[in-house]
Amino acid sequence: MGVDFDMTFFLVRRMAGFAATLFIAALVIFLLLDLLPGDPARFILGINATPEAVAALRTQMGLDAPAHERFLAWVGGMLVGDFGLSTTQRLPVAELIAERMAVTLPLSLIAMVVSVVVGLPIGILAAMRRGKATDTALMVLAQTGVAIPNFWFGMLLTLVFAVTLRWLPTGGFIPWDEDAGAAMRGMILPGLALALPQASILARVMRTALVDVTEQDFIRTARAKGMTKSEAIWRHGVRNALLPVLTILGLQFAYLIAGTIIVENVFYLPGLGRLIFTAISERDLVLVRGATIVLVVVTTATMLVVDLAYAFVDPRLKGREA
Amino acid sequence: MTARNTLALTVAGLLLMAGPVLAQPTEIRIGVALEPPALDPTAGAAEAIDVVVYQNVFEGLVRIDQTGAVQPGLAESWTISDDGLTYRFALNEGVTFHDGTAFDAEDVKFTFDRLLAEDSVNAQKALYEPISAVTVIDPMTVEFTLSRPDGLFLFNLGRGDAVIVAPESAENNGAEPIGTGPFAFIQWDRGSRVVLEQYGPYWGEAPALTRASFVFISDTATLTNALLAGDVDGTNNFAAEALAVFENNVQFKVLVGSTEGETILSTNNRKEPFTDLKVRQAMAHALDRQEIIDGATYGYGVPIGTHFAPHHPYYLDLTDTYPHDIEAAKTLLAEAGYADGFSATLKLPPVAYARLSGQIIASQFAEVGIDLELINMEWAQWLEDVFANKDFDLTIISHVEPFDIGIYANPDYYFGYDNPEVQALNETLNATTDEAERLALAQEIQTIIARDAVNGYMFELAQTGVWNAKLDGMWQNAPVEGVVLRDIHWVE
Amino acid sequence: MNWQLLGRHPSLVVGLLAAVLFALLGLVSLWWTPFPIEQISIARRFLGPVAEHWLGTDHLGRDILSLVMRGTLTSFVVAGLGVIIGIGVGVPLGLAAVAWGGIVEWLVLRLSDITFAFPAVIVAILIAALFGPGEINAVIAIGIFNIPVFARVARGGALAIATQDYVAAARLAGLGNAAIAARHLLPNIMSLLIVQGTIQLSLGILAEAGLSYIGLGTQPPATSLGLMLRDAQSLFLIHPWLSVVPGLTIVLIVIALNIAGDGLRDAIDPRLRHEGLNHGAG
Repeated sequence: MGVDFDMTFFLVRRMAGFAATLFIAALVIFLLLDLLPGDPARFILGINATPEAVAALRTQMGLDAPAHERFLAWVGGMLVGDFGLSTTQRLPVAELIAERMAVTLPLSLIAMVVSVVVGLPIGILAAMRRGKATDTALMVLAQTGVAIPNFWFGMLLTLVFAVTLRWLPTGGFIPWDEDAGAAMRGMILPGLALALPQASILARVMRTALVDVTEQDFIRTARAKGMTKSEAIWRHGVRNALLPVLTILGLQFAYLIAGTIIVENVFYLPGLGRLIFTAISERDLVLVRGATIVLVVVTTATMLVVDLAYAFVDPRLKGREA
Repeated sequence: MTARNTLALTVAGLLLMAGPVLAQPTEIRIGVALEPPALDPTAGAAEAIDVVVYQNVFEGLVRIDQTGAVQPGLAESWTISDDGLTYRFALNEGVTFHDGTAFDAEDVKFTFDRLLAEDSVNAQKALYEPISAVTVIDPMTVEFTLSRPDGLFLFNLGRGDAVIVAPESAENNGAEPIGTGPFAFIQWDRGSRVVLEQYGPYWGEAPALTRASFVFISDTATLTNALLAGDVDGTNNFAAEALAVFENNVQFKVLVGSTEGETILSTNNRKEPFTDLKVRQAMAHALDRQEIIDGATYGYGVPIGTHFAPHHPYYLDLTDTYPHDIEAAKTLLAEAGYADGFSATLKLPPVAYARLSGQIIASQFAEVGIDLELINMEWAQWLEDVFANKDFDLTIISHVEPFDIGIYANPDYYFGYDNPEVQALNETLNATTDEAERLALAQEIQTIIARDAVNGYMFELAQTGVWNAKLDGMWQNAPVEGVVLRDIHWVE
Repeated sequence: MNWQLLGRHPSLVVGLLAAVLFALLGLVSLWWTPFPIEQISIARRFLGPVAEHWLGTDHLGRDILSLVMRGTLTSFVVAGLGVIIGIGVGVPLGLAAVAWGGIVEWLVLRLSDITFAFPAVIVAILIAALFGPGEINAVIAIGIFNIPVFARVARGGALAIATQDYVAAARLAGLGNAAIAARHLLPNIMSLLIVQGTIQLSLGILAEAGLSYIGLGTQPPATSLGLMLRDAQSLFLIHPWLSVVPGLTIVLIVIALNIAGDGLRDAIDPRLRHEGLNHGAG
């Protein structure tokens, strides 16, 4: 029973931490946005608007209430799933965020899948050929992959595959329900652009992890039993190297959800990053804080899952969090 | 040859002939840099709204054509009383809104009552302030009474801010615009595109296009690629720096036209040292207009020496008032007591012409000892700091309102030019309807503000469109904001 | 580390040399560039490489070699300050978590979670909206991103050391938590921090480029490699040279730093290998 108690205690503590993180994050977001210079109403109406028109719009947007009331109203609303109305578009923020998630989530997943499918085999191959020319070549490739700024790489991809070969669109997004095939085609190049550095990192992590594992005793034992180095790596090494790889994957997913903004810009995709970017320049603060908190929830939840996974895989870590 | 064979051949022949005709596309995808925050042109100033909906989804009583002239719109004709205070409009019959409701004089009254109401959020409310009453005479006749004559009244009625909306749908126009235009709103994939489709029961002549999408692409390099790959068919205003890609490409046509955007080095006239005429004159001499035009607009801007559009009949060429002359600038600065120059800030909004001109001007001013600190800002912050709070030394901005010389008669305007002579002249101009007199008055104001070097007058922005070579009917000039689809069609 | 060690790690030598060379190139620009970088001459724009301008001139007629030198400096300084913020705040937090444990550790972990929960780009957008875009904005955003990275690395490294006998002995001898952290934990994780610092430096240079690309980083008339790349982006089909120069410079610097980082790790302590890489995802 002791183990179960430990686990329950660990879970409760971890969940409390999760909730505390989110609450503080919400407070930080709200305060930061409240400090922003620039009047949302003035932005909408532009330079020729009369002061009365601006004042009328401010009232309409609910900007006149005191800060603490607005904060409580916001947090209270979110608890029941109400993120408020966007001030510029007059639409529910939750709906606007969901629309963008339909781009950002699949895009992040595609990038993850590509980076795993490309990165892991490269890492394994390099580890098997450790010290040989193949290893060096692959690692040079991986180094370069990390080093190329992804907006630059995205543009090169577009020039080759969209402008010259015309195999794929230069960007844009067709909604899934309109034409799922076209939507998918539009995700390939941005997915590749996002995957390049991630795949390179994965390859390096996988190689390092494998090389470490091969130096450990059980691999030596396996080899003593007559396995070749490659067989030993396959049978025992890869599985043992997966833990660090899983950690990296968790981090990468959290990063991808928010980090796609640059690639979204290159491929004019309506993702979450660009939503926040435009909303803040239009001073649509209700939308900005809603979208930001969603990002924070996703990132924090991903980290939580990684930690929990760790705890289950390696129960020793429960006492002190990973 | 049997009759049957002949028939078959004829059918085949017809099909062959029909083939290319059927293949003639009737759809268009237009790339635009900015996504509108909402789609109601009567509740926001963003030009991106007009780009999508003006004259496509929404129409006014009159419409502006591509030369800037006023044409009949929802009103088929009108009469103006001799004192210029009463306008009576006869409305077109058989007009419906896209939701099927009929259009009549009540909608006109509703539109303007809403626009002028206490809680109105119309960005250009001030333009319509001369209207004292809108009266429904009968369902197809409406009368406007003005409190004073207004030479620009008809033009202003043709603007996007005065399009006719219906009481049934006005509230939702921001998300789902419903107007009377030739194109109905279909969908808005936020962050991506707006789709319009030809409105079958349109009261006027049906347009050639059946479907149009506006695709939002903010990055110039990306838009270039999208045009080259054929993912969009054109764009109404493409960044001048990359036009060279399309200039010698037979698959594209580049349309260079005029806009109403006087781009100026706006100067805070109420702040030291700019209160001193000699300092402003020195700055005018220090500006190398041609270098700015070449560097910031790749030669497409048209030089101006005052605040007026060069293609307007009232325009007076005053570009030689203060020619580029570094020695003259230094002398004037010394006379003003700034022999060693001075430091000032230059606040720049997030548009390419401002950011580039700013760097060039900083380099030019450095030659006469004026040290500029460049401060790049977002729009929201620029509007608050510079425009609302007048907290700035210098800024660069394009004034895109047509015929906006009246801003020099408003001492509370952000650049703070207070000259009773100009104020009096402008008042006379507003109340004058005689063309020759108006021209003389407008030119007198132009001369005074040029002489006073109120702002640094740089160039009129050009509109540089890039379109598929097989497209025709696009507006070359931009007398008002908008990508008017009415005449656009594909040709072989 | 000694010279024989360097001899056994040729890639470390190459990486370090290249990185130092680029850093020096940037440093020199403080005192000397072939042409002043603010000097604009539209008449001389878009010159290819010529005798006077080795790397040609850009869209405003500025000397590209001078811009690359100054841009390299900006990129290094921005990324470097970001690393300093990360170490300055993150390492004390991580060490405190280990030395005090309990509630302090919980607080540090939560703080690190919260900081980590704000994606760097979003932080940059918010800061830019608050204070205006600029290098400072990039420094703060990158610095904030680095804090939890270093906090976790420091904590991870210190945890392993805290269980060693001599630390327990020091504690028995009456040494306080702060003294233990400073005297025993910190010196033992230095190599770990150096390795992580190199990696974060290269990530910072890439991040600066990305921020400049979306207009939140360095602002004219200052320049950075990212800003040069952004300015050249729309001219790529007409004057590809303008993006090739800053683009390649970024790629080379980042590769040099990464090779140096990997080499350092191998050279200093092969056992440190995963710890250093754990947070390389950004």
